Amino acid sequence: MAKGKMKKKSMSVDMTAMCDVSFLLLTFFVLTSTAKLPEPLPVDTPASTVQTKLPESNLATVTVGEGKVFFGILGKNERIETLEHIGEKYNIEFTDAEKRQFSFLEGIGTPVAGLKQFLNLSPDVITKAVQPGIPTDSIDNQLKEWVQAARVVTRDRNNKILDVAIKGDAEEEYPKIKRVMDILQEQRVNKFFLVTGLRNEDF
Amino acid sequence: MAELNTGGGGGKEKKVRSKKQNSGVDLTAMVDLAFLLITFFMLTTSMNKPQSMNLAMPEKEDTEDPETETNVAESRTMTILLGENDKIVWYMGKVESPFEGPKDQVYGKGGIRVDIQSKVKSVPLTTGDPEKGVIVIIKPSEKSNYRNLVDILDEMAINDVKAYAISDIVPEELAMLGEN
Repeated sequence: MAKGKMKKKSMSVDMTAMCDVSFLLLTFFVLTSTAKLPEPLPVDTPASTVQTKLPESNLATVTVGEGKVFFGILGKNERIETLEHIGEKYNIEFTDAEKRQFSFLEGIGTPVAGLKQFLNLSPDVITKAVQPGIPTDSIDNQLKEWVQAARVVTRDRNNKILDVAIKGDAEEEYPKIKRVMDILQEQRVNKFFLVTGLRNEDF
Repeated sequence: MAELNTGGGGGKEKKVRSKKQNSGVDLTAMVDLAFLLITFFMLTTSMNKPQSMNLAMPEKEDTEDPETETNVAESRTMTILLGENDKIVWYMGKVESPFEGPKDQVYGKGGIRVDIQSKVKSVPLTTGDPEKGVIVIIKPSEKSNYRNLVDILDEMAINDVKAYAISDIVPEELAMLGEN
């Protein structure tokens, strides 16, 4: 009788310490993971077997899809400074609220002329608003200005060279992609990353 | 743990005992949930970063230099043309007098990869120098899409082609594809 009692008692383990540790870890992962913002231009990237990771900082992303071009840069402060550069170039004065709004955006696809109006939209509308894309034609090559501004900011601020990633839709026609590559090459950006998805083994 | 003492004992004693037993809460479910969430966050944080592919293009020259254009031995060049509807045409040598091809091909394991692999093996044998492998020139047409380009660049990585370049397509090659 006494033996049986002992055995029964040892069945339950004290979970307090385990629970503490697991919640500590949980808190850590919740805080370190970055919330994924909705993409301004959702694209279906083509798959590849190459598995190079994208750099985590000093990266500008040119998104191409549906014939539109969007531009985005990583880092809130970098975004604000890039916007200031663009403002200087096109003689537009942005308010602090507009800069703040811009720093939350993953990518931008509005021509400079309509940018001020776009940034004054309320935050819940701005992620859903349809943007026409950044002009890339030779008369009004705004993509070039954006890339140039971002490069200057990265150089001055972080003393690093800006990496450029092209995130194209799989069904996007080649001339559009080529146009983006040409714009980058005109500025002697000859090395870029092509954002791709992961392909299964038996390709 | 949960042993109820029914056999005898005063009512007072019983009360104290049951109070003591209630103080322990079963944490199993809570720990289960916590670990489930940990696993979720661990996996999503690492999966969040997208894959990418490096592409280095040659520097653009302002003036067309015919010297650099003709420097490439024609016996080593394999030109791959990308057309619409996932069409591929490839040939070896010069466009006006290809010594092999033009040949139609499809994407994937049993298609263009076989040809690239055979060229990767055969070209160093004909040149007699393992350093002088095949040079692949990729020429996407206006009607090809981005997926085609990435697929071909992927083939370059799979087959370990050391030298490849992306170039503009010429009218003769468009004719090979049947596009004008």
